[in-house]
Amino acid sequence: MTGAPARPSLEITGLTLRIGASEILRGVDLRLAAGRIQGLAGESGSGKTMTGLAVLGLLPATARLGGSISYAGRELLSMAPRERNALRGTEIAMVFQDPSTSLHPMLSIGAQLTDHLRHHRRLDRAAARGRAEELLARVRIPDPAHALRRFPHQFSGGQRQRIAIAIALACSPKVLIADEPTTALDVTVQAGVLHLLRELATEMGLAVLLVTHDLGVMSAVADRVAVMRGGEVVEDGERAQVFTAPAHPYTASLLASLPGAAHGVQSLDDVRALREAARE
Amino acid sequence: MSELLRVSGLRVVYPGRPPVRAVDGVDLTVAAGQVVGLVGESGCGKSTVARALCGLVAPAAGTVVFDGTPVPPLGLRRRPVALTRIQLVFQDPYASLHPRRPVGAQIGDGVRAAAARGAESAEPARWLDRVGLAADAARRFPHEFSGGQRQRIAIARALAARPDLLIGDEPISALDASTQAVVAALMRDLAVDSGAGLLFISHDLSVVRLIADRLVVMYRGRIVESGPARDIWAEPRHPYTQSLLAAVPVPDGSGTLPPATPDGVEYPLDPVLR
Repeated sequence: MTGAPARPSLEITGLTLRIGASEILRGVDLRLAAGRIQGLAGESGSGKTMTGLAVLGLLPATARLGGSISYAGRELLSMAPRERNALRGTEIAMVFQDPSTSLHPMLSIGAQLTDHLRHHRRLDRAAARGRAEELLARVRIPDPAHALRRFPHQFSGGQRQRIAIAIALACSPKVLIADEPTTALDVTVQAGVLHLLRELATEMGLAVLLVTHDLGVMSAVADRVAVMRGGEVVEDGERAQVFTAPAHPYTASLLASLPGAAHGVQSLDDVRALREAARE
Repeated sequence: MSELLRVSGLRVVYPGRPPVRAVDGVDLTVAAGQVVGLVGESGCGKSTVARALCGLVAPAAGTVVFDGTPVPPLGLRRRPVALTRIQLVFQDPYASLHPRRPVGAQIGDGVRAAAARGAESAEPARWLDRVGLAADAARRFPHEFSGGQRQRIAIARALAARPDLLIGDEPISALDASTQAVVAALMRDLAVDSGAGLLFISHDLSVVRLIADRLVVMYRGRIVESGPARDIWAEPRHPYTQSLLAAVPVPDGSGTLPPATPDGVEYPLDPVLR
Protein backbone atom coordinates (compact mmCIF):
# COMPACT_ATOMS: atom_id res chain seq x y z
CA MET A 1 0.00 0.00 0.00
CA THR A 2 1.67 3.14 -1.17
CA GLY A 3 0.64 6.48 -2.59
CA ALA A 4 -1.99 8.80 -1.20
CA PRO A 5 -3.16 8.19 2.38
CA ALA A 6 -6.06 5.78 2.30
CA ARG A 7 -9.48 6.84 3.54
CA PRO A 8 -9.62 6.01 7.23
CA SER A 9 -11.78 3.01 8.01
CA LEU A 10 -11.75 3.77 11.69
CA GLU A 11 -11.05 7.14 13.19
CA ILE A 12 -10.39 7.94 16.84
CA THR A 13 -10.62 11.63 17.70
CA GLY A 14 -9.91 13.24 21.06
CA LEU A 15 -10.62 10.03 22.93
CA THR A 16 -10.62 10.49 26.70
CA LEU A 17 -11.12 7.84 29.34
CA ARG A 18 -11.59 8.12 33.09
CA ILE A 19 -12.04 5.22 35.44
CA GLY A 20 -12.86 6.49 38.92
CA ALA A 21 -10.45 9.30 39.75
CA SER A 22 -7.77 8.31 37.25
CA GLU A 23 -7.48 9.87 33.85
CA ILE A 24 -6.33 7.04 31.60
CA LEU A 25 -6.60 8.56 28.13
CA ARG A 26 -6.20 12.29 27.59
CA GLY A 27 -7.26 12.94 24.03
CA VAL A 28 -6.03 10.18 21.71
CA ASP A 29 -6.19 10.68 17.93
CA LEU A 30 -5.56 7.72 15.61
CA ARG A 31 -6.72 6.73 12.13
CA LEU A 32 -6.76 3.18 10.84
CA ALA A 33 -6.77 2.63 7.09
CA ALA A 34 -7.60 -0.49 5.07
CA GLY A 35 -4.56 -2.60 4.25
CA ARG A 36 -2.36 -0.75 6.71
CA ILE A 37 -0.89 -1.72 10.05
CA GLN A 38 -1.00 1.12 12.55
CA GLY A 39 1.36 0.41 15.41
CA LEU A 40 0.66 1.70 18.91
CA ALA A 41 3.74 1.61 21.13
CA GLY A 42 4.37 2.68 24.69
CA GLU A 43 5.51 1.36 28.03
CA SER A 44 3.33 -0.38 30.59
CA GLY A 45 0.57 1.92 31.84
CA SER A 46 0.77 4.33 28.90
CA GLY A 47 -2.81 3.59 27.82
CA LYS A 48 -2.19 1.60 24.64
CA THR A 49 -4.21 -1.46 25.68
CA MET A 50 -7.04 0.76 26.97
CA THR A 51 -7.20 2.46 23.57
CA GLY A 52 -7.69 -0.93 21.92
CA LEU A 53 -10.31 -1.99 24.44
CA ALA A 54 -12.17 1.30 23.95
CA VAL A 55 -12.46 0.57 20.22
CA LEU A 56 -13.81 -2.88 21.03
CA GLY A 57 -16.18 -1.55 23.70
CA LEU A 58 -14.73 -3.93 26.27
CA LEU A 59 -14.07 -1.44 29.08
CA PRO A 60 -15.47 -1.88 32.58
CA ALA A 61 -18.90 -0.38 33.26
CA THR A 62 -17.36 2.36 35.42
CA ALA A 63 -15.35 3.73 32.48
CA ARG A 64 -16.26 7.25 31.32
CA LEU A 65 -15.42 7.87 27.68
CA GLY A 66 -15.29 11.15 25.77
CA GLY A 67 -14.38 12.12 22.23
CA SER A 68 -15.24 10.02 19.22
CA ILE A 69 -14.56 6.65 17.58
CA SER A 70 -16.15 6.52 14.17
CA TYR A 71 -16.29 3.43 11.99
CA ALA A 72 -17.74 3.50 8.46
CA GLY A 73 -19.53 6.73 9.24
CA ARG A 74 -21.06 5.43 12.48
CA GLU A 75 -20.22 6.70 15.96
CA LEU A 76 -19.27 3.76 18.16
CA LEU A 77 -19.40 5.61 21.47
CA SER A 78 -23.09 6.50 21.21
CA MET A 79 -24.13 3.18 19.70
CA ALA A 80 -26.62 0.95 21.53
CA PRO A 81 -24.96 -2.07 23.22
CA ARG A 82 -26.90 -4.39 20.94
CA GLU A 83 -25.52 -2.81 17.78
CA ARG A 84 -22.07 -2.72 19.32
CA ASN A 85 -22.23 -6.44 20.03
CA ALA A 86 -23.21 -7.10 16.44
CA LEU A 87 -20.10 -5.25 15.21
CA ARG A 88 -17.68 -6.84 17.65
CA GLY A 89 -16.29 -10.08 16.28
CA THR A 90 -17.78 -9.45 12.84
CA GLU A 91 -16.58 -6.11 11.49
CA ILE A 92 -14.14 -5.33 14.29
CA ALA A 93 -12.23 -8.36 15.55
CA MET A 94 -9.50 -8.88 18.10
CA VAL A 95 -6.50 -11.01 18.96
CA PHE A 96 -5.03 -10.93 22.44
CA GLN A 97 -1.64 -11.65 23.93
CA ASP A 98 -2.00 -15.13 25.27
CA PRO A 99 -3.64 -17.78 23.09
CA SER A 100 -3.64 -20.26 25.97
CA THR A 101 -6.15 -18.06 27.81
CA SER A 102 -8.07 -16.65 24.84
CA LEU A 103 -8.90 -20.13 23.51
CA HIS A 104 -11.24 -22.35 25.52
CA PRO A 105 -9.13 -25.28 26.79
CA MET A 106 -11.98 -27.82 26.87
CA LEU A 107 -13.57 -27.16 23.48
CA SER A 108 -12.24 -28.49 20.21
CA ILE A 109 -10.84 -26.00 17.71
CA GLY A 110 -13.75 -26.89 15.43
CA ALA A 111 -16.33 -26.06 18.10
CA GLN A 112 -14.70 -22.69 18.79
CA LEU A 113 -14.49 -21.74 15.12
CA THR A 114 -17.92 -22.99 14.06
CA ASP A 115 -19.75 -21.55 17.11
CA HIS A 116 -18.56 -18.17 16.12
CA LEU A 117 -19.64 -18.63 12.49
CA ARG A 118 -23.00 -20.12 13.35
CA HIS A 119 -23.76 -17.38 15.85
CA HIS A 120 -22.80 -14.40 13.71
CA ARG A 121 -23.30 -15.74 10.22
CA ARG A 122 -26.18 -18.19 10.83
CA LEU A 123 -24.37 -20.86 8.80
CA ASP A 124 -25.52 -24.46 9.04
CA ARG A 125 -23.19 -27.07 10.48
CA ALA A 126 -21.69 -28.28 7.21
CA ALA A 127 -21.14 -24.80 5.78
CA ALA A 128 -19.54 -23.64 9.04
CA ARG A 129 -17.20 -26.63 8.97
CA GLY A 130 -16.17 -25.91 5.42
CA ARG A 131 -15.48 -22.27 6.22
CA ALA A 132 -13.56 -23.28 9.38
CA GLU A 133 -11.28 -25.54 7.32
CA GLU A 134 -10.63 -22.71 4.88
CA LEU A 135 -9.71 -20.38 7.74
CA LEU A 136 -7.29 -22.86 9.31
CA ALA A 137 -5.65 -23.42 5.95
CA ARG A 138 -5.37 -19.63 5.56
CA VAL A 139 -3.38 -19.34 8.80
CA ARG A 140 -1.31 -22.38 7.70
CA ILE A 141 -2.43 -24.95 10.24
CA PRO A 142 -1.45 -28.30 8.70
CA ASP A 143 -4.27 -30.78 7.96
CA PRO A 144 -7.23 -28.46 8.78
CA ALA A 145 -9.90 -31.18 8.73
CA HIS A 146 -8.07 -33.13 11.40
CA ALA A 147 -7.12 -29.99 13.35
CA LEU A 148 -10.81 -29.14 13.84
CA ARG A 149 -11.21 -32.20 16.06
CA ARG A 150 -8.24 -31.36 18.22
CA PHE A 151 -7.95 -29.23 21.37
CA PRO A 152 -5.82 -26.14 22.07
CA HIS A 153 -3.26 -28.01 24.20
CA GLN A 154 -2.41 -30.22 21.22
CA PHE A 155 -0.98 -27.26 19.34
CA SER A 156 2.21 -25.28 19.86
CA GLY A 157 2.09 -21.69 21.13
CA GLY A 158 2.57 -20.24 17.66
CA GLN A 159 -0.12 -22.48 16.18
CA ARG A 160 -2.51 -21.53 18.97
CA GLN A 161 -2.03 -17.86 18.22
CA ARG A 162 -2.62 -18.52 14.51
CA ILE A 163 -5.84 -20.35 15.44
CA ALA A 164 -6.90 -17.34 17.53
CA ILE A 165 -6.26 -15.23 14.42
CA ALA A 166 -8.36 -17.64 12.33
CA ILE A 167 -11.26 -17.18 14.78
CA ALA A 168 -10.85 -13.41 14.55
CA LEU A 169 -10.98 -13.64 10.75
CA ALA A 170 -14.03 -15.90 10.68
CA CYS A 171 -16.53 -13.18 9.79
CA SER A 172 -14.21 -11.31 7.39
CA PRO A 173 -13.69 -8.27 9.63
CA LYS A 174 -12.55 -4.89 8.31
CA VAL A 175 -10.64 -3.93 11.45
CA LEU A 176 -8.38 -6.09 13.60
CA ILE A 177 -7.21 -5.00 17.04
CA ALA A 178 -4.12 -7.07 17.90
CA ASP A 179 -2.93 -6.47 21.46
CA GLU A 180 0.61 -7.80 22.00
CA PRO A 181 -0.12 -10.74 19.66
CA THR A 182 3.44 -12.10 19.76
CA THR A 183 4.54 -11.16 23.28
CA ALA A 184 3.82 -14.61 24.74
CA LEU A 185 5.61 -16.36 21.87
CA ASP A 186 9.21 -17.43 21.46
CA VAL A 187 11.19 -15.27 19.10
CA THR A 188 11.62 -18.04 16.49
CA VAL A 189 7.83 -18.51 16.43
CA GLN A 190 7.02 -14.81 16.50
CA ALA A 191 8.24 -14.25 12.96
CA GLY A 192 5.61 -16.61 11.52
CA VAL A 193 2.77 -14.69 13.20
CA LEU A 194 4.20 -11.37 12.02
CA HIS A 195 4.37 -12.62 8.42
CA LEU A 196 0.74 -13.69 8.71
CA LEU A 197 -0.40 -10.30 10.05
CA ARG A 198 1.41 -8.54 7.24
CA GLU A 199 -0.18 -10.78 4.58
CA LEU A 200 -3.66 -10.43 6.05
CA ALA A 201 -3.46 -6.66 6.10
CA THR A 202 -2.29 -6.53 2.50
CA GLU A 203 -4.38 -9.31 0.95
CA MET A 204 -7.65 -8.88 2.84
CA GLY A 205 -7.41 -5.11 3.15
CA LEU A 206 -7.63 -5.37 6.93
CA ALA A 207 -7.02 -2.23 8.95
CA VAL A 208 -4.85 -3.42 11.84
CA LEU A 209 -4.18 -1.71 15.15
CA LEU A 210 -1.06 -3.43 16.47
CA VAL A 211 -0.55 -2.69 20.15
CA THR A 212 2.91 -3.70 21.33
CA HIS A 213 5.68 -2.58 23.63
CA ASP A 214 8.22 -4.32 21.40
CA LEU A 215 9.74 -1.80 19.04
CA GLY A 216 11.50 -4.57 17.12
CA VAL A 217 8.12 -6.08 16.24
CA MET A 218 6.84 -2.62 15.41
CA SER A 219 9.74 -1.99 13.08
CA ALA A 220 9.15 -5.31 11.30
CA VAL A 221 5.47 -4.93 10.38
CA ALA A 222 3.93 -1.54 11.16
CA ASP A 223 3.32 0.97 8.37
CA ARG A 224 2.73 3.82 10.79
CA VAL A 225 3.83 4.06 14.40
CA ALA A 226 2.15 5.99 17.20
CA VAL A 227 3.90 6.33 20.54
CA MET A 228 1.91 6.78 23.74
CA ARG A 229 2.93 8.13 27.11
CA GLY A 230 0.69 8.95 30.07
CA GLY A 231 -2.54 8.54 28.11
CA GLU A 232 -1.46 10.71 25.19
CA VAL A 233 -0.13 10.01 21.71
CA VAL A 234 3.13 11.96 21.71
CA GLU A 235 4.10 11.02 18.18
CA ASP A 236 2.40 9.44 15.16
CA GLY A 237 4.23 9.08 11.88
CA GLU A 238 5.43 6.82 9.08
CA ARG A 239 7.54 3.93 10.39
CA ALA A 240 10.86 4.92 8.88
CA GLN A 241 10.54 8.51 10.08
CA VAL A 242 9.63 7.58 13.66
CA PHE A 243 12.54 5.14 13.94
CA THR A 244 15.24 7.16 12.22
CA ALA A 245 14.21 10.76 12.88
CA PRO A 246 11.80 10.77 15.84
CA ALA A 247 10.02 14.09 16.25
CA HIS A 248 9.31 13.80 19.97
CA PRO A 249 12.08 13.66 22.61
CA TYR A 250 10.27 10.82 24.41
CA THR A 251 10.42 8.62 21.29
CA ALA A 252 14.08 9.52 20.91
CA SER A 253 14.80 8.51 24.51
CA LEU A 254 12.95 5.21 24.11
CA LEU A 255 14.97 4.38 21.01
CA ALA A 256 18.22 5.50 22.62
CA SER A 257 17.84 2.78 25.26
CA LEU A 258 17.40 -0.04 22.73
CA PRO A 259 20.19 -2.25 21.39
CA GLY A 260 19.96 -2.31 17.60
CA ALA A 261 18.04 0.95 17.10
CA ALA A 262 19.55 3.59 14.81
CA HIS A 263 20.75 5.74 17.72
CA GLY A 264 20.40 2.99 20.31
CA VAL A 265 22.96 1.53 22.69
CA GLN A 266 25.61 -0.47 20.83
CA SER A 267 27.97 -1.35 23.68
CA LEU A 268 28.20 -1.73 27.42
CA ASP A 269 29.77 1.72 27.64
CA ASP A 270 26.76 3.24 25.86
CA VAL A 271 24.49 1.67 28.47
CA ARG A 272 26.69 2.95 31.30
CA ALA A 273 26.55 6.46 29.83
CA LEU A 274 22.76 6.21 29.73
CA ARG A 275 22.72 5.13 33.38
CA GLU A 276 24.95 8.01 34.46
CA ALA A 277 22.79 10.48 32.54
CA ALA A 278 19.69 9.17 34.35
CA ARG A 279 21.37 9.64 37.73
CA GLU A 280 22.00 13.33 37.14
CA MET B 1 40.22 -16.13 36.58
CA SER B 2 39.57 -18.78 39.17
CA GLU B 3 36.81 -21.22 38.59
CA LEU B 4 33.84 -20.67 40.87
CA LEU B 5 31.17 -22.98 39.62
CA ARG B 6 31.45 -26.23 37.73
CA VAL B 7 28.40 -28.08 36.50
CA SER B 8 29.09 -31.49 34.97
CA GLY B 9 26.67 -33.79 33.20
CA LEU B 10 23.69 -32.15 34.92
CA ARG B 11 20.43 -33.90 34.27
CA VAL B 12 17.09 -32.94 35.82
CA VAL B 13 14.02 -35.06 35.25
CA TYR B 14 10.54 -33.95 36.25
CA PRO B 15 8.12 -36.76 37.05
CA GLY B 16 5.26 -37.38 34.64
CA ARG B 17 4.09 -39.80 32.01
CA PRO B 18 6.46 -39.85 30.30
CA PRO B 19 9.01 -38.15 32.62
CA VAL B 20 10.34 -34.86 31.25
CA ARG B 21 14.07 -34.52 30.82
CA ALA B 22 14.17 -30.75 31.41
CA VAL B 23 17.97 -30.66 31.53
CA ASP B 24 19.80 -33.42 29.75
CA GLY B 25 23.55 -33.44 30.29
CA VAL B 26 24.65 -29.84 30.79
CA ASP B 27 28.25 -28.82 31.42
CA LEU B 28 28.90 -25.25 32.48
CA THR B 29 31.54 -23.25 34.30
CA VAL B 30 31.51 -19.72 35.70
CA ALA B 31 34.71 -18.06 36.90
CA ALA B 32 35.08 -15.24 39.43
CA GLY B 33 34.56 -11.89 37.71
CA GLN B 34 33.09 -13.56 34.63
CA VAL B 35 29.69 -12.95 33.08
CA VAL B 36 28.07 -15.94 31.41
CA GLY B 37 24.87 -15.41 29.45
CA LEU B 38 22.60 -18.45 29.25
CA VAL B 39 20.07 -18.02 26.45
CA GLY B 40 17.31 -20.11 24.99
CA GLU B 41 13.57 -20.18 24.45
CA SER B 42 10.75 -21.23 26.75
CA GLY B 43 11.02 -24.84 27.86
CA CYS B 44 14.68 -25.25 26.93
CA GLY B 45 15.63 -25.88 30.56
CA LYS B 46 17.48 -22.67 31.38
CA SER B 47 15.47 -21.87 34.52
CA THR B 48 15.80 -25.46 35.68
CA VAL B 49 19.57 -25.08 35.43
CA ALA B 50 19.35 -21.99 37.67
CA ARG B 51 17.24 -23.86 40.20
CA ALA B 52 19.62 -26.82 40.25
CA LEU B 53 22.61 -24.54 40.80
CA CYS B 54 21.30 -23.33 44.13
CA GLY B 55 19.77 -26.64 45.16
CA LEU B 56 16.11 -25.76 44.50
CA VAL B 57 15.70 -28.90 42.40
CA ALA B 58 17.56 -32.18 42.86
CA PRO B 59 19.55 -33.40 39.83
CA ALA B 60 18.83 -36.89 38.52
CA ALA B 61 22.47 -37.13 37.48
CA GLY B 62 25.59 -35.02 37.35
CA THR B 63 27.19 -32.66 39.82
CA VAL B 64 27.09 -29.01 40.77
CA VAL B 65 30.28 -27.94 42.50
CA PHE B 66 30.56 -24.45 43.93
CA ASP B 67 34.03 -23.34 44.99
CA GLY B 68 35.18 -26.93 45.42
CA THR B 69 32.14 -28.11 47.40
CA PRO B 70 29.12 -29.98 46.00
CA VAL B 71 25.84 -28.06 46.29
CA PRO B 72 23.35 -30.29 48.12
CA PRO B 73 19.65 -30.20 47.19
CA LEU B 74 17.65 -28.13 49.64
CA GLY B 75 15.61 -29.96 52.22
CA LEU B 76 13.04 -28.51 54.56
CA ARG B 77 15.65 -26.73 56.62
CA ARG B 78 17.36 -23.39 56.11
CA ARG B 79 20.10 -23.63 53.50
CA PRO B 80 23.67 -23.94 54.76
CA VAL B 81 25.23 -20.59 55.63
CA ALA B 82 28.05 -21.15 53.15
CA LEU B 83 25.55 -21.32 50.30
CA THR B 84 24.38 -17.75 50.84
CA ARG B 85 27.45 -17.00 48.72
CA ILE B 86 25.13 -17.85 45.84
CA GLN B 87 22.35 -15.30 45.39
CA LEU B 88 19.50 -15.13 42.94
CA VAL B 89 17.53 -12.38 41.26
CA PHE B 90 14.23 -13.66 39.89
CA GLN B 91 12.09 -12.54 36.98
CA ASP B 92 9.29 -10.85 38.79
CA PRO B 93 10.19 -8.34 41.51
CA TYR B 94 6.47 -8.08 42.33
CA ALA B 95 6.63 -11.67 43.56
CA SER B 96 10.18 -11.85 44.91
CA LEU B 97 9.96 -8.86 47.29
CA HIS B 98 7.85 -9.06 50.43
CA PRO B 99 4.95 -6.64 49.90
CA ARG B 100 4.56 -5.66 53.55
CA ARG B 101 8.10 -5.17 54.78
CA PRO B 102 10.02 -1.95 54.22
CA VAL B 103 12.67 -2.18 51.53
CA GLY B 104 15.47 -1.42 54.00
CA ALA B 105 14.55 -4.40 56.18
CA GLN B 106 14.58 -6.71 53.18
CA ILE B 107 18.00 -5.53 52.12
CA GLY B 108 18.98 -5.97 55.79
CA ASP B 109 18.27 -9.71 55.37
CA GLY B 110 21.06 -9.81 52.83
CA VAL B 111 23.37 -7.87 55.14
CA ARG B 112 22.70 -10.38 57.94
CA ALA B 113 23.34 -13.31 55.60
CA ALA B 114 26.75 -11.81 54.83
CA ALA B 115 27.44 -11.18 58.53
CA ALA B 116 26.56 -14.80 59.40
CA ARG B 117 29.44 -15.92 57.16
CA GLY B 118 31.73 -13.28 58.61
CA ALA B 119 31.68 -11.33 55.34
CA GLU B 120 31.59 -7.56 55.35
CA SER B 121 28.55 -5.85 53.99
CA ALA B 122 27.25 -2.28 54.28
CA GLU B 123 24.15 -0.44 55.46
CA PRO B 124 21.01 -0.91 53.32
CA ALA B 125 21.16 2.78 52.39
CA ARG B 126 24.58 2.24 50.86
CA TRP B 127 23.29 -0.65 48.71
CA LEU B 128 20.35 1.46 47.58
CA ASP B 129 22.78 4.11 46.46
CA ARG B 130 24.78 1.50 44.54
CA VAL B 131 21.72 0.57 42.49
CA GLY B 132 20.84 4.20 41.90
CA LEU B 133 18.03 4.68 44.42
CA ALA B 134 17.78 7.37 47.10
CA ALA B 135 18.61 6.43 50.71
CA ASP B 136 15.08 7.29 51.90
CA ALA B 137 13.79 4.38 49.80
CA ALA B 138 14.74 2.16 52.75
CA ARG B 139 11.67 3.26 54.71
CA ARG B 140 9.27 2.71 51.83
CA PHE B 141 7.43 -0.39 50.64
CA PRO B 142 7.78 -2.26 47.32
CA HIS B 143 4.43 -1.05 45.93
CA GLU B 144 5.73 2.53 46.02
CA PHE B 145 8.25 1.73 43.28
CA SER B 146 8.08 1.08 39.54
CA GLY B 147 8.99 -2.33 38.11
CA GLY B 148 12.51 -1.24 37.20
CA GLN B 149 13.07 0.26 40.65
CA ARG B 150 11.78 -2.92 42.31
CA GLN B 151 14.20 -5.01 40.31
CA ARG B 152 17.00 -2.67 41.46
CA ILE B 153 15.88 -3.33 45.04
CA ALA B 154 15.98 -7.10 44.42
CA ILE B 155 19.51 -6.67 43.03
CA ALA B 156 20.51 -4.59 46.09
CA ARG B 157 19.19 -7.29 48.41
CA ALA B 158 21.08 -10.03 46.56
CA LEU B 159 24.31 -8.01 46.54
CA ALA B 160 24.01 -7.09 50.21
CA ALA B 161 24.63 -10.77 50.99
CA ARG B 162 28.05 -10.31 49.29
CA PRO B 163 27.61 -13.23 46.90
CA ASP B 164 30.50 -14.79 45.02
CA LEU B 165 28.05 -16.01 42.42
CA LEU B 166 25.03 -14.01 41.33
CA ILE B 167 22.38 -15.74 39.23
CA GLY B 168 19.75 -13.75 37.38
CA ASP B 169 16.84 -15.82 36.09
CA GLU B 170 15.17 -13.63 33.44
CA PRO B 171 15.81 -10.58 35.64
CA ILE B 172 14.88 -8.06 32.94
CA SER B 173 11.98 -9.67 31.12
CA ALA B 174 9.29 -8.13 33.35
CA LEU B 175 10.72 -4.64 32.83
CA ASP B 176 9.87 -1.97 30.29
CA ALA B 177 12.17 -2.05 27.27
CA SER B 178 13.74 1.30 28.12
CA THR B 179 15.10 0.02 31.44
CA GLN B 180 16.16 -3.48 30.39
CA ALA B 181 19.64 -2.73 29.13
CA VAL B 182 20.34 -0.35 32.02
CA VAL B 183 19.34 -2.86 34.70
CA ALA B 184 21.28 -5.68 32.99
CA ALA B 185 24.41 -3.54 32.79
CA LEU B 186 23.98 -2.53 36.43
CA MET B 187 23.89 -6.19 37.48
CA ARG B 188 26.97 -6.88 35.46
CA ASP B 189 28.98 -3.96 36.78
CA LEU B 190 28.08 -4.52 40.44
CA ALA B 191 28.81 -8.25 40.27
CA VAL B 192 32.11 -7.86 38.41
CA ASP B 193 33.27 -4.93 40.60
CA SER B 194 32.82 -7.07 43.70
CA GLY B 195 34.76 -9.93 42.09
CA ALA B 196 31.71 -12.19 41.81
CA GLY B 197 30.69 -14.32 38.84
CA LEU B 198 27.38 -13.64 37.12
CA LEU B 199 25.19 -16.18 35.37
CA PHE B 200 22.64 -14.15 33.45
CA ILE B 201 19.74 -16.18 32.09
CA SER B 202 17.55 -14.55 29.49
CA HIS B 203 15.76 -15.04 26.23
CA ASP B 204 16.68 -11.51 25.14
CA LEU B 205 19.79 -11.96 23.05
CA SER B 206 20.19 -8.34 22.10
CA VAL B 207 20.67 -7.36 25.76
CA VAL B 208 22.66 -10.44 26.79
CA ARG B 209 25.30 -9.89 24.14
CA LEU B 210 25.97 -6.41 25.56
CA ILE B 211 26.85 -7.68 29.04
CA ALA B 212 28.08 -11.26 28.68
CA ASP B 213 31.68 -12.40 28.24
CA ARG B 214 30.57 -15.89 27.27
CA LEU B 215 27.34 -17.11 25.74
CA VAL B 216 25.75 -20.50 26.31
CA VAL B 217 22.83 -21.43 24.06
CA MET B 218 20.37 -24.06 25.28
CA TYR B 219 17.90 -26.02 23.19
CA ARG B 220 15.78 -28.93 24.42
CA GLY B 221 17.64 -29.38 27.67
CA ARG B 222 21.06 -29.33 26.08
CA ILE B 223 23.77 -26.83 25.33
CA VAL B 224 24.04 -26.56 21.55
CA GLU B 225 26.60 -23.76 21.33
CA SER B 226 28.90 -21.97 23.72
CA GLY B 227 31.81 -19.61 23.42
CA PRO B 228 32.86 -15.94 23.58
CA ALA B 229 29.73 -13.76 23.26
CA ARG B 230 31.28 -11.57 20.60
CA ASP B 231 32.15 -14.53 18.35
CA ILE B 232 28.75 -16.19 18.63
CA TRP B 233 26.92 -12.94 17.96
CA ALA B 234 29.11 -12.21 14.95
CA GLU B 235 29.14 -15.72 13.55
CA PRO B 236 26.73 -18.27 15.04
CA ARG B 237 27.66 -21.79 13.95
CA HIS B 238 24.90 -24.02 15.26
CA PRO B 239 21.75 -24.02 13.07
CA TYR B 240 19.58 -23.32 16.12
CA THR B 241 21.69 -20.34 17.20
CA GLN B 242 21.58 -19.09 13.63
CA SER B 243 17.79 -19.09 13.48
CA LEU B 244 17.53 -17.69 17.00
CA LEU B 245 19.71 -14.71 16.08
CA ALA B 246 18.05 -14.21 12.71
CA ALA B 247 14.58 -14.19 14.30
CA VAL B 248 15.20 -11.17 16.55
CA PRO B 249 13.52 -8.20 14.85
CA VAL B 250 15.81 -5.17 14.79
CA PRO B 251 14.19 -1.85 15.78
CA ASP B 252 15.78 0.05 12.89
CA GLY B 253 12.57 1.16 11.18
CA SER B 254 13.43 -0.66 7.94
CA GLY B 255 10.28 -2.81 7.87
CA THR B 256 12.32 -6.00 7.54
CA LEU B 257 10.46 -9.14 8.58
CA PRO B 258 12.69 -11.79 10.13
CA PRO B 259 12.57 -15.13 8.28
CA ALA B 260 9.76 -17.37 9.52
CA THR B 261 10.73 -20.76 10.91
CA PRO B 262 8.46 -23.55 9.67
CA ASP B 263 6.30 -25.37 12.24
CA GLY B 264 7.82 -28.38 13.89
CA VAL B 265 11.35 -27.80 12.64
CA GLU B 266 13.91 -29.80 14.61
CA TYR B 267 17.50 -28.77 15.05
CA PRO B 268 20.40 -31.15 15.60
CA LEU B 269 21.53 -31.57 19.19
CA ASP B 270 25.26 -31.93 18.47
CA PRO B 271 26.90 -28.99 20.18
CA VAL B 272 29.32 -26.44 18.74
CA LEU B 273 31.75 -25.60 21.53
CA ARG B 274 34.47 -23.03 21.19
